Amino acid sequence: MTRARDDLGLGRALGERMLPLVVAAMSFLAALALAGSVGAAALAQRWQEGAASVLTVQVPHPATPAGDQPGQTRVERVLAILRGTPGIAGARPLSEAELAELLRPWLGSGAGRLALPLPAVVEVHLSGAGPDIAALGPRLEAAAPGATPESHGVWVRRLSALARSLEACAWVALALVAGIAAAMIAIATRSGLAVRRDAIEIVHGLGATDGIIAGRFAARATRMTASGASLGALAALPVLLVLADLAAPFAAVGAQPANPGLWFTALPLPLWIALAGLPLVAALIGWGTTQVTVRRWLRQLP
Amino acid sequence: MIRLDAVGLHYVQGAGPGPEVLRDLTFVIPEGGFRWLLGPSGAGKSSLLRLLHLAVLPTSGRLSLLDVDVGATGRHNLALLRRRIGMVFQDFRLLPHLTAFDNVALPLRLAGQPEAQVRAHVTEMLHWVQLGRKLEARPAQLSGGEQQRVAVARAVVGRPHILLADEPTGNLDEVQSERLMLLFKEMNRLGTTVIVATHNEALVQRHPGQSLRLEHGRLVDHD
Ligand SMILES: Nc1ncnc2c1ncn2[C@@H]1O[C@H](COP(=O)(O)OP(=O)(O)OP(=O)(O)O)[C@@H](O)[C@H]1O
Ligand SMILES: [Mg+2]
Repeated sequence: MTRARDDLGLGRALGERMLPLVVAAMSFLAALALAGSVGAAALAQRWQEGAASVLTVQVPHPATPAGDQPGQTRVERVLAILRGTPGIAGARPLSEAELAELLRPWLGSGAGRLALPLPAVVEVHLSGAGPDIAALGPRLEAAAPGATPESHGVWVRRLSALARSLEACAWVALALVAGIAAAMIAIATRSGLAVRRDAIEIVHGLGATDGIIAGRFAARATRMTASGASLGALAALPVLLVLADLAAPFAAVGAQPANPGLWFTALPLPLWIALAGLPLVAALIGWGTTQVTVRRWLRQLP
Repeated sequence: MIRLDAVGLHYVQGAGPGPEVLRDLTFVIPEGGFRWLLGPSGAGKSSLLRLLHLAVLPTSGRLSLLDVDVGATGRHNLALLRRRIGMVFQDFRLLPHLTAFDNVALPLRLAGQPEAQVRAHVTEMLHWVQLGRKLEARPAQLSGGEQQRVAVARAVVGRPHILLADEPTGNLDEVQSERLMLLFKEMNRLGTTVIVATHNEALVQRHPGQSLRLEHGRLVDHD
């Protein structure tokens, strides 16, 4: 009885045919914004975790006897202090080769052969909440004057602030897309109502409740927005896969590299969930907007 | 029971209220009553029927239908009340994209009747108005008289408590008009309150009954 259910002639020649396409475009944009938001959040988290777990300590004149315990060199003493501090999982002096690699951008590849008095650099891995840096500083200073623990915090904080701002922007874009979609749906519904004014008045006169009339419109809007949004999300998928491929080298720092053979793992799980949720959310927006629009419009009838 | 208490109506025109088309109407029609609604063109007959069909609400006074005070009840109840009132419009008001069958089925489907029952009642009703062979025709493919009969069938198929008919014989010949009056009288005998607005004096002569007479929106004669 599909024909009979269409009392209001909703299936007939309509300007609303455009609606699924508009919703598809909106959902394409929403998918990109979602990817941006998920990606930015993941980057921010990784950077923060990476920064939180590493600290470097520079030790000038490493071979000189330590200030507080002349039997040991400064670098040995610094290592001993660090290893004995709670919140530190391990401390390791960088080898000369690693140091040279670190300094190459400034000193060129001949750095190792220069007779510069290079400081030793100790890489410290933290555990849990990390050590009490304020208390650690003076002890290191006493053992090896000039030895300063240096966390990467400032830069990482800036980077993650950037990533968080990008994430916020993505959410704003998402909210805007949802708002514009709702406005378009409301406009399409209103024009649909105006075109069918006579039919609605007749059905209203026969005792159709607001719920019945709004329900007919909303069911149709739900179908149209859900299919439009599915279309948009599908269209966005190849774009997202390409973007994920481009972003992989950055995102994988410090993390398990994605298995390149599996396209499924190319996108993070939250993004897959968000993409699958897109048609659902679109349908919800379509249904809700139409219900409100139609019920409001019906107020002009007694 | 239909009860009007100093009821007035003016349509909205533009921003402000238009001229008052019904004024100070006070009358009662008991359950199962029959009334002719008479008066010159423009007197307000259609407006009064529209009011009784709850297509417009009184702008003053009190209207109560089937023991419901219309001014004091909610939208949902008004919709349910409309299902108990059948209306034959002067201009038919059929849905152009639906067949005769689906037009007549509309009130039953809105009331949620099972489809088998809908089919039986609608088919029977359309046969009664002699449109048994036009079930699948759309309004545009029907003559004026045929459309009017579809409109009548739609108004009575749900066995309404109140039947309102606005010039129901306007497009019918004598024989059809008589048949229609037979239907209305039979429904009235079974308990439906019937109000028929008409200019057809001959019809009123042949079927004498109580009448409401309107002039310039006022009740001038009421027996
Ligand atoms: N929707 C409307 N808006 C404004 N005025 C209206 C409207 N409908 C009717 N009127 C006015 O109300 C008055 C009564 O009209 P109505 O249709 O009730 O008369 P009627 O008695 O049914 O006439 P007829 O016998 O010609 O059908 C007329 O003056 C008409 O112009
Ligand atoms: Mg009239």
